[in-house]
Amino acid sequence: MTDLLKLSSVHTHIGRYHILQGIDLAVPQGQVTMLLGRNGAGKTTTLRTIMGLWQASSGEISLAGMRIESRATPDIARLGVGYVPESMAVFSDLTVKENLVLAARDGPLDDTQLDWIFGFFPALRRFWLSRAGSLSGGQKQMLSIARAIIEPRKLLLIDEPTKGLAPAIVMALIECLKEIKRKGATILLVEQNFFAARELGDNVLVMDNGTIVHRGEMAALAADVPLQERLLGLSLEAHQ
Amino acid sequence: MTDLAANDPLPKPKRDIAPVLLPIALALLMIPLIGSTSSWLTLTAASLAMGMMIFIMASGLTLVFGLMDVLNFGHGAFIAVGAYVATLVLAPFAASIQADSLWINLAVLAPAALLSMAVSGALGLIVERVLILPVYGQHLKQILMTTGGLIVAEQTLYALWGPQIIPMPLPASLRGSFILGDVAIAKYRVLAMLIGLAVFIAIQLVLNRTKLGLLIRAGVENREMVEALGYRIRRLFLGVFMTGSALAGLGGVMWALYREQVHASMSDDLTVLIFIVVIIGGLGSIGGCFIGAILVAMVANYGGFLVPKLALVSNILLMVAILMWRPRGLYAVTSR
Repeated sequence: MTDLLKLSSVHTHIGRYHILQGIDLAVPQGQVTMLLGRNGAGKTTTLRTIMGLWQASSGEISLAGMRIESRATPDIARLGVGYVPESMAVFSDLTVKENLVLAARDGPLDDTQLDWIFGFFPALRRFWLSRAGSLSGGQKQMLSIARAIIEPRKLLLIDEPTKGLAPAIVMALIECLKEIKRKGATILLVEQNFFAARELGDNVLVMDNGTIVHRGEMAALAADVPLQERLLGLSLEAHQ
Repeated sequence: MTDLAANDPLPKPKRDIAPVLLPIALALLMIPLIGSTSSWLTLTAASLAMGMMIFIMASGLTLVFGLMDVLNFGHGAFIAVGAYVATLVLAPFAASIQADSLWINLAVLAPAALLSMAVSGALGLIVERVLILPVYGQHLKQILMTTGGLIVAEQTLYALWGPQIIPMPLPASLRGSFILGDVAIAKYRVLAMLIGLAVFIAIQLVLNRTKLGLLIRAGVENREMVEALGYRIRRLFLGVFMTGSALAGLGGVMWALYREQVHASMSDDLTVLIFIVVIIGGLGSIGGCFIGAILVAMVANYGGFLVPKLALVSNILLMVAILMWRPRGLYAVTSR
């Protein structure tokens, strides 16, 4: 399996703080790679560094063999990277339609793609002309993900999509991400919800203190309770 | 596929019309206080005209604030430069300006206004590249740089044109008033209202009907996410800054014609009013800026008529009152 994204010895400083301390990771093409870890481990910083929102202090980041660590965020996005931030960051003053029109930067909205998205997220069709600010948390998350997949992307960076959502919506979101995965998307997914991680992930990376402390197959970690407890301080059983 | 909470009820979007009603309520409240209907109508027309001119000057600044998070204390320089450029264009055509034909007057005024906008916009390009670009994200340095820029611009105008006040007479066809019964409404004020309204409608159309407008509105709310969607927002910043500078130049021409004079520090008093408008309107909100400009002008005109001694502080009091009601302005757009 070819690696679509590779990080080698990536360090990121934010002000005086040394957050990423030599990250090495690879995201294989067409697979879902989970990035797990405790709060403050550096997961969000990793995604933001890949996206160019925080500049890497040193190290190499390559996307499909192309170095991107010095590129500006818009250029990285235009290489085919979709980003769903933890805060969802929908434009609340814009309607659902306007949010998606902006995300479809290569031209007008594609009806086929739109129908595919409405298949996952019927609420978006229903509230098409409503202001995004008036949507519920779950609906905002749908819009945030829809924005990232409105046009085909090589890589999706998704930061804690289930955070703060009701269990029923989490289950539905997992189904949606599975469908996106079946379409062959390559995803690097930060998740605190270990159940969601187990359902979605092909591979897993575990971070602690700005470094990768574990890498392997998700199924292997899901089956190894002592390892879960050592790495994450919590077992899947406890999480359920 | 699971219906992802599609049937959750959507909170009904609130139509926030309270700020729109505010100037109407204020105007109606003034009728008994002023007493004479004709005085009230004259003052209201004066307020609307003044408000439109302030709106034109402030609209660019509010977008610059909202989109770029830049505190541009030098915005007044574009106003003065616009006015001075107009004097250069109009001077050789003094006879055409005093001709008794509206079309001849406008044939001279329109190119003068357009050139003023072009020069102010170009100056905006230089200011953004030279003064603002190095200090993005550093508010204190932005204040220092732009205030310094304003001083340099004013002194340059003094050096080039001298310290004297330059007269800028109104074109002959725009002098005088329309008389409706016992109400007199100055012709130039009507023109100012029409231009201000046209600028407001044009900005609203761009912001609401074009992808560029969507980008500006989205950028005001969350610049980072706009970049993450693949748009180079720095170019957008520059475009907005230049447009804001050009509009300030247009406002400068209109204000100079209103006052019939130009001088290098003509923007000093206006800058205070413009900042009050931007703050009470809500940073980045064009609608708020429009209403704020009308309110500021109403308070200045009605206040000046009813309690002249309060005229100097009336707008500060207005700002305090609005911010006590809505701490982020009439229409809060950005969370900054």
